[in-house]
Amino acid sequence: MKAKKAALPYLVWMLLFTVVPLGLVAYFAFTDDTGRFTWNNILRIGEFIPTLWESIKLGGIATVFCILLGYPMAYIVSRSKAHVQQTMVMILMLPMWMNFLLRTYAWMTLLEDTGLINSLLQLLGLPAAHMINTPGAVVLGMVYNFLPFMILPIYSVMVKIDVRVVEAAQDLGANALQVFRRVILPLSIPGICSGVTMVFVPAVSTFVISKMLGGSLNMLIGDVIEMMFVGSSLNFNLGAALSLVLMILILICMAVMNHFDDDADASGGILL
Amino acid sequence: MKRRLLSLLLCAALAAAAGTMTSCSGSDGGTTIYVKNWGEYMSLGEDEMMNVNEEFTRQTGIQVKYTTYETNEQLYTMLSTGSTEIDVIFPSDYMVGRMVEEGMLAELDFDRIPNYDLIDSRFKNLEYDPESKYTVPYLWGTVGIFYNTTMVDPEDVEDLSWDLLWNEKYAGKILMFDNPRDAFAIAEAKLGYSLNTTDEEELRASYEELLQQKKLLQAYVMDQVFSKMATGEAAIAPYYAGDGIVMLEENEDIAFGFPKETVNQFVDVVCIPKNSKNKAAAEEYINFLCSTEVALANAEAVGYATPQTEAKEELDPEISEDPMFYPPQEILDHTEIFQTLPKTVNQLMDDLWIKLKISRN
Amino acid sequence: MKVFSKVYTALIFTFLYAPILILIIFSFNQSKTRGLWTGFTLKWYGELFRDKDIMNALSVTLIVAVVASVVAVIIGTLAAVGVFSMKKRTRSLIMAVNQIPMVNPEIVTGISLMLLFVLIYNSTGMFETGMGTLLIAHITFCIPYVLLSVLPKLRQMNYSIYEAALDLGCNPVKAFFKVILPEIVPGIMTGFLMAFTLSLDDFVISLFTGGSAQTLSVLIYSMTKKRVSPTINALSTLLFVSVLILLILANLGQIRSMKRADQKARAEKGQGEMKR
Repeated sequence: MKAKKAALPYLVWMLLFTVVPLGLVAYFAFTDDTGRFTWNNILRIGEFIPTLWESIKLGGIATVFCILLGYPMAYIVSRSKAHVQQTMVMILMLPMWMNFLLRTYAWMTLLEDTGLINSLLQLLGLPAAHMINTPGAVVLGMVYNFLPFMILPIYSVMVKIDVRVVEAAQDLGANALQVFRRVILPLSIPGICSGVTMVFVPAVSTFVISKMLGGSLNMLIGDVIEMMFVGSSLNFNLGAALSLVLMILILICMAVMNHFDDDADASGGILL
Repeated sequence: MKRRLLSLLLCAALAAAAGTMTSCSGSDGGTTIYVKNWGEYMSLGEDEMMNVNEEFTRQTGIQVKYTTYETNEQLYTMLSTGSTEIDVIFPSDYMVGRMVEEGMLAELDFDRIPNYDLIDSRFKNLEYDPESKYTVPYLWGTVGIFYNTTMVDPEDVEDLSWDLLWNEKYAGKILMFDNPRDAFAIAEAKLGYSLNTTDEEELRASYEELLQQKKLLQAYVMDQVFSKMATGEAAIAPYYAGDGIVMLEENEDIAFGFPKETVNQFVDVVCIPKNSKNKAAAEEYINFLCSTEVALANAEAVGYATPQTEAKEELDPEISEDPMFYPPQEILDHTEIFQTLPKTVNQLMDDLWIKLKISRN
Repeated sequence: MKVFSKVYTALIFTFLYAPILILIIFSFNQSKTRGLWTGFTLKWYGELFRDKDIMNALSVTLIVAVVASVVAVIIGTLAAVGVFSMKKRTRSLIMAVNQIPMVNPEIVTGISLMLLFVLIYNSTGMFETGMGTLLIAHITFCIPYVLLSVLPKLRQMNYSIYEAALDLGCNPVKAFFKVILPEIVPGIMTGFLMAFTLSLDDFVISLFTGGSAQTLSVLIYSMTKKRVSPTINALSTLLFVSVLILLILANLGQIRSMKRADQKARAEKGQGEMKR
């Protein structure tokens, strides 16, 4: 079988640049700066549990908001006429063509105490609201950046839902709410699941959003790792240990997600 | 559907490529040096001033790749990672000592830097480089407090003290240095310690002080201080005095003062990392920076004080006689220059800094 | 319900476009300071083309995107052919490894590659981080997407055609180019586009592996730490507007044909009913 050999460059590449580097992360996590084995880095992770928790919490809240905001949007798009759909999808994708760092930076101009939103509130005679440099601002930044990643997967599942299934439910006497709860929602769960993956992972590990909109006061785990590798607190070993923990935590979350996904598929099947 | 999305993406990508390919010229041959400097720390052709790097290329044919960093610690990280090409750096005093100790810097060939003679000898042979083997002074300055006069009560700045940065009246309007050494120095000065203390108790006490302050802060920043002060978003910020040249111009409500306690005086120097591949070209660049014309342009654009004697004489008296940029002796008397700290103290400060940054109140 | 949909859509679009509008407006601002409007100017658009840093970063970004996606397509397509002919157990193991760069947080991928490059440099004194390492990193995160977009096309293909070609005297390489390749071209194109977009858009991994080679995102990141020069706003505005125009052009044609198809379908349906 010669065809198998075609995969050789790929296998070598993946081994060298995916498997070996991950091994290195583990190696650095268990050694000190002279290369001797140590548990110290792992033991020090305790100090960072509040930060880890905060990252997961904010990332989780952002993901929930993305579902709440994105699901109706995806539904609206999928129920539009074909050519309107196309335009709407384009409008949803277009912001991603502007650099996300700049877009997040622009939010600073909007959210600041002397920023545009507060100036507007002032004009209307309303009291000013303090928004920038709060966890809320960080969540907003996450929702803003990752919302399209939630809308698009849900939408692409929804357009595939067979209209006849909905019609059948209606014929059988289901009202709008029942149709939604018992037909559309279960069928769109796979879209939600892939949306959650696409939003949660980057949100939990972000360091740009928290830095810009959190004023470096609400450090997330990504900020800490960045600080230790390219920032002002060089410490490869501790940074590697934290990355390892972050990776494992996310893999666990993903595994749980996939589990739900399977369940949903099964129950969806029964419902049909 | 996915295909359609992707074809949209393709169109967009092609547009980007077509729009830009034409505008970027091919790479130039010849030597290239990689320069890493602080942000906003060189005259780069704004307001019709000299663009130092382009002028250097014009005169010597050597290309300059110029990038910036934010803090000494970040520069240290880049150098000790060791894998990036860097030929010229601008670390501050205390960081130079650490780099020398760890063998990161190359000894300079002063025959190639004749303009070194024009540097004020007051800034030569300092603690971090006693025999002047590795460094050429670039700019120096002091740290003080910038405040917005429309937002801060006059009585609070009358007898200016670092306490202002802990004043609860201005909670949410105070900015703070986003690097360990400068931040700790302010807490140490407030508590009356030396800025070079190696005493663990004193460092821990300073940490507690910074932790108290964190509740009142709007943000930890470095150069973002410019926009936050200019728009009146923040009212009070400790920063390098020289940056007043930009800050006061952009917002006339901003004033500057030295607190009565100890303040840091710093010297930023030019050095060449040990693994530089273009040492001769880098030395030519350093010599160029020390020429009167260039030193003058930098001093005027950046606002920090120049150690180049001829440039200082030619400097606009409005700048050279301003106590903010060139403080009088009685101010300099209560300044302290950072010294290189022992490794264990650095480690402690680093750990406390991270602890401070991840703390939540 | 209709009204609700419209209002909701408008709100979401406002949310997505408000910051972009701000960026565009501030590309015409005289002051360099964010949020401080001092007057209208076009000077940043002129300065853009004279700014060496920006032009340099732009060319790095584009070169890396093109080279990385081409290499990723070659390796990934070959891999798909190879993986396709493997036993199921090996295949699922490889597919699991293939998932790693896709599921892993970017920051972890970034630092793991950085550790590798630093280690190689420190032990051999070669391979400084720069364009080379940047390319390796980008190829690494692009390959899995190429593999995943080519593999389904192979599954859809009728394998016996390939065997027939072999029987008729083609050698495997020729059979690959004559028979397999034409069948999987759509998958390859998809993979290429994904790789290109991912590479163009990447920030986190470039930050950790780029060294002296600065992509546009890394340059912008270093700018956001001080004062973002409005030249970057000008560049983004230009890119955004050109993308917008192209999309509109591409869409107009498609929408028109889709509308026609809609009408035709309706007309046919009507005719069908008439006949009945």
